[in-house]
Amino acid sequence: MYAFEIERPSTIADAVNALKGEDAQALGGGQTLIPTLKQRLAMPSKLVSLTDIGEMKGVCLGDGGEVCIGGATTHATVSKEAAAHYPALADLASHIGDPAVRNRGTIGGSLANNDPSACYPAAALGSGARIITNSREIAADDYFEGMFTTALDEGEVITEVRFPVPEKANYQKFLQPASRFALVGVFVAKYADGVRVAVTGASEEGVFRWTEAEEALSGNFDGGAVDGLSVSADGMISDLHGTSDYRAHLVKVMTKRAVAASS
Amino acid sequence: MTSVTMTVNGKSVSGDVEGRTLLVDFLRNDLRLTGTHVGCDTSQCGACVVHVNGEAVKACAMFAAEADGADVATIEGQANADGSLSVIQQAFQDHHGLQCGFCTPGMVMSAAALLKDNPKPTEGEIREYLEGNICRCTGYHNIVKAIMAASGQDVAAIAAE
Repeated sequence: MYAFEIERPSTIADAVNALKGEDAQALGGGQTLIPTLKQRLAMPSKLVSLTDIGEMKGVCLGDGGEVCIGGATTHATVSKEAAAHYPALADLASHIGDPAVRNRGTIGGSLANNDPSACYPAAALGSGARIITNSREIAADDYFEGMFTTALDEGEVITEVRFPVPEKANYQKFLQPASRFALVGVFVAKYADGVRVAVTGASEEGVFRWTEAEEALSGNFDGGAVDGLSVSADGMISDLHGTSDYRAHLVKVMTKRAVAASS
Repeated sequence: MTSVTMTVNGKSVSGDVEGRTLLVDFLRNDLRLTGTHVGCDTSQCGACVVHVNGEAVKACAMFAAEADGADVATIEGQANADGSLSVIQQAFQDHHGLQCGFCTPGMVMSAAALLKDNPKPTEGEIREYLEGNICRCTGYHNIVKAIMAASGQDVAAIAAE
């Protein structure tokens, strides 16, 4: 690793100030950033740790019946504390990485990084979540801008994520066992005004909504409703773990499984 | 350099670290607690698992500065006060849960974290919990048996595997 300083602010305001420095970088749980630093793929002059900011931690139920999760909340905490409010989200969190990763990794860190195979982007997009930052609110539909790219500005911090709770939902992850990321993961959520289907791990553009499946499932929430649909392999990730054709195939399979398992 | 103070295995320790100093390097190089191993240094293998404020974490994927003020437990603190092995350590010995022993510190620390939250895990729960701990010798069966035994459960049921 190249050398850098670490700051550990205890308030959002102090963190935002610290991030104004040149080449300053926010540090969530570090489960992606620290390996990245070890490979010298990043060269910040200063890391601003967000994990000591009490006002950015925890799970609560918002006024509109939304589940509100602080940006610095670990996956382990979400898996426990969101279980009563949004079981599909808690279940997704409980299968990210491994237990030690879940004790450090945070929801804000995952969404800010927007790894194309990460689980949380599927939940946020599949739920139509709102990403709350220190300066504004961003709808999930406007937030994900492609692989490792988001609508966040330089120095902007995800302070909270608000998830509308669906009638039914489920996330199916086809595990890539070496990385423990999703080879393909599909999040299906049924709301009163329609169904949302978000796919991670498949596209070179990162998480996306499978709108044809959303339309079919909004009319008939049954796995058979997507039987007639086809998923194009164009733009799908192809690597030694799976070809683009295979990933395209998995999108449909995992969607059907998610619908069948929705509760 | 940043000054850090933390509790490690019940004792208060201090040191000066760089921002980039990993917790595992502080434990091994500064405190000379070399029981915590670095297997992969890419947070895949789990040989470096320690407890920070009671939770299992990979000490190669956390900076020492982030552990300032924390309560850290390592393999060196697992034995009983009289020096005898802890229940989990003894079970690893009794059930041949180690061969080369390189992964064992992480395995024992993960097992301790699991049993704290889930005192009677099923075989499946143990295997799932150990997803982040890689062992290249044992094939895991004897590690799972050891943890079943340490939790006071019958290992005969999985002995046939």
